This record gives sequence, structure tokens and C-alpha cells, in this order.
Amino acid sequence: MGTGDPSGMGMAHALASSMGGIKTTGDLVARMQLKKMRLPEAKRYVAGKLGVSERDLSDSTVMRTVREDLDIGVVTAVPGIAKGLEAKARIAELLDIRINCVERLKQKTGLR
Amino acid sequence: MPAVSTIITRMGDAATVEMTRDELHRDIVEGSEAAAAKGKVPVLEEREVEYLLEMFSSPSRIWGVERGHEAILTKDGSTNTIYSSRLSSGVCAPLGREAAVRLYETAFAFDTMEVGHTDYSVKPAKFLASLEAMHMELLQHITILPLFYGFMPNLGLYYRPDGPFPNPSDLLPKGRIAEARAAQEEALVSCREDVVWLSKQMIDVAADGINYDTVASTGDADFLATLQACEEITSTTELPVEIGMAAEMVLGFHGELEYDGVRLAGLWPHQQLKLVEKAGASIFGPVVNTNTRKSCAWNVARAVTFVKAVTAEATIPIHPNVGLGVGGVPMFEVAPADMVSRASAAMIEIGKADGL
Repeated sequence: MGTGDPSGMGMAHALASSMGGIKTTGDLVARMQLKKMRLPEAKRYVAGKLGVSERDLSDSTVMRTVREDLDIGVVTAVPGIAKGLEAKARIAELLDIRINCVERLKQKTGLR
Repeated sequence: MPAVSTIITRMGDAATVEMTRDELHRDIVEGSEAAAAKGKVPVLEEREVEYLLEMFSSPSRIWGVERGHEAILTKDGSTNTIYSSRLSSGVCAPLGREAAVRLYETAFAFDTMEVGHTDYSVKPAKFLASLEAMHMELLQHITILPLFYGFMPNLGLYYRPDGPFPNPSDLLPKGRIAEARAAQEEALVSCREDVVWLSKQMIDVAADGINYDTVASTGDADFLATLQACEEITSTTELPVEIGMAAEMVLGFHGELEYDGVRLAGLWPHQQLKLVEKAGASIFGPVVNTNTRKSCAWNVARAVTFVKAVTAEATIPIHPNVGLGVGGVPMFEVAPADMVSRASAAMIEIGKADGL
């Protein structure tokens, strides 16, 4: 993105253009971009796995409920919903991808 | 005779300026033509010029992409803007890196985030690798969004007086070309080794990716060190790499260095892309410099013309840099959201960027 003061740069880009991170599905689409998928392909992939439309992916009204139902972490502080590694373990299964820290958790604990 | 109505917009140094609609149209067309002439890429189409004209003519303080067109943010410079000083446009908030990353994930709803050393260059960061790795490791336990480890290769720090190698900036003005080239060839080996070594420190602590940022800030040797490091990391590990550039054209401090048979000096963004893809990177961040003496309309048109040429050929996601002084964003310490949001939306709607 680039450097600039947090409200003038980071927040301006976030509000103008970004998917919205864990408030929506920005984290999930970003994970598919790490697999070299361009934006349309990454959105199609995630929408298919979640069973929602591509437009819903950046709709916080829709995704707040979907994320809670799937138990993959939500942006607000809700006791009992998956956090951190727990959420990422569920995301790895949901998107059918390897997430490095989840693989490490399996190695360290012997869980499969 | 009625006065011609004017539109309040900004120059590339962020100063407010009033322009007529005709002047805005002229600047948009000329900005695109300037990119086309430099990079030998197509100019914007008429409908794209019209979009930019509507955007810059609007009195609205904030602009944005159409619903459904949102893209992914990757953030170079880590959380320095939160806890560092003005050297990173930081506000020096009384927070540690873990708290700052969690703020970006939740309060700011960023799509990805980075862990990075405050200095952000590989040379000083490598001495603190165990601390850097600990921050990555701890944050992987408590965050959900993809976490990069980010740093700059910054070859300049390998030259005297900061490093052990003769400084080409001292040698070149004296006409000692061969010595300047030899110094760069030796220094880039050390830089490449450091970049690879620090990247590998992040594998055991489960980083989701590595971000090589401000690449080629010291010219073609800096770019070559980064491409070679990227190739080694992506061919021997599963670690994804993002490469973000420092400027729109690779400066030829050496002049004869090549990667995959291509001379690096003088490459423009769409030409850099091909080599970044060849090196195995997952995301490419092209840069287009802002001209402070031209309007933001001229600068955004020029920037998206370059970026559109990159995204037209890309096989990997493209995240153009839209920080201070690049990507059509004005060059001023505190960024005006009216122009940042316009550059942001234009990069995605016209430049067809996959993220920023």
C-alpha cells in the first residue's frame, strides 16, 4: 500500500477500496492471492467455498453472520467464537489450503 | 458573461488548486500520454478518461470503488505508522507491535498485515532476527489475517560509510566506472545472502509470506539481489513472496546487470513484472512516481496508465504502491484523504489492480 499517516493513508484506502479484512472476507481472499490467484479468481474461489455470492464477500452485514455460523472468527470481541489459531485451523479446512501456523500446530501437538 | 465554474482539487504536493473542467480533462489526457510516451504503453480509453474526469470534478470529499469491486490491502512498513516517528509518518502511539497489529486487524479491518523492524532494512533487522521471529510467532497464535514479515533489501547500507564495500556514489563522479561496478557486484551478493537468511528465519515461526519492499531503491544491483533472493526462497521453500518497488524505473547505477538475460537498468513497471513473475513472486507492487508540479488529476492518470499496462499482462496479483508521493498520491507528510481515496479507487477501477 505505502507509507502515510494512519488516518490519511491507511484508513483512507481501507474505506475507499478494501475488502474489509475479518469484518468481511478480506483475509480469506488475501490467502488465495498468496497462492497467486488474481482478484476475480480468488473471489470466485472463496465465494464458492463459503456458498455466498461474490458481492456478499465484501458486505459486512452478510459476512458478520456467515463468519459466526462458520466459526472462523469475527471482527468484534465475542466470547466463545474461534480466535487466532482456532479460526485459522477452520479456515484452512474450509478453503482447502495449507496455512503455515496450522501445520506447525499439528506438528507440535500431534493433532491431525 | 457568466464566470466559468471551477473545481477545487490538488497539486502533486497536496496544495489546493482551482481548475476548470476543461483544464482537468486536459491534465488527465496529458498525464496518460506522458506515461504512454515513457513506457511505450497504451493511453487510457475515452471511457476511462471520463471516469477520472467525473471523479476529479466531484465536490465529494471521499471517493470509493463501486460495491463489489473491493480489493486486497497489503501493508508495507509494518505497523510503523502507529508506533514509529515521523520517519515513517508515524504517530508514536504508546503501543507495542503486537497491539498495533491487532488494531489493524480489528479496529481498522485490514486484509493483511506485516511484522517488521522499525528501521525496516534487512541489514539492521538481521541482528534482531530472534526478536523478529518471536513477534511473528506470538502474533500467529492470536491473529486471523495473513501476516507477512516485511523489510527492504536496501543495498545502499552495504556501501561505506554504513557498510564494508566501496561506495559507487563516490567512485562514479571520479570516472572510476569499473571499480563502481565491481563494488556493486560484490555488495549485492552480501545483500542477497542476508535477504535469503532473514526470510528463512520466518519459516519456522510460520509467517504467511515475505514482503520485499522498496526494491531497487539503490538501482539495478538492488533489484538483481532481490530477484535472486526471491527465486531461491520460492524455489526451495513454500513461503510466498511479495515484491514492491521503490520507483517507476530501475536506475542503472551499474548499467550492465541482467536477470534471465534481460538488462535491468531502465525497466518500466510492465517490464519489471515479467522478471518478478520469473523469480516466483506471488504478488507484485509496481510504483509510479508523483510529480509535485503537476495536478493530482495528471498524476493519477499517469499512474493508472502505467498500472493498467501491468495488470493487462500479469499472471499474479498486482498491488500498486499508493503511499506518499507514488501512485497519484500527493507528496506531503500528512495525506489528504480526498486525493488518497481518489487514487485508491482509480487504481482498482481503471488500473484493474488486485489490491494495493
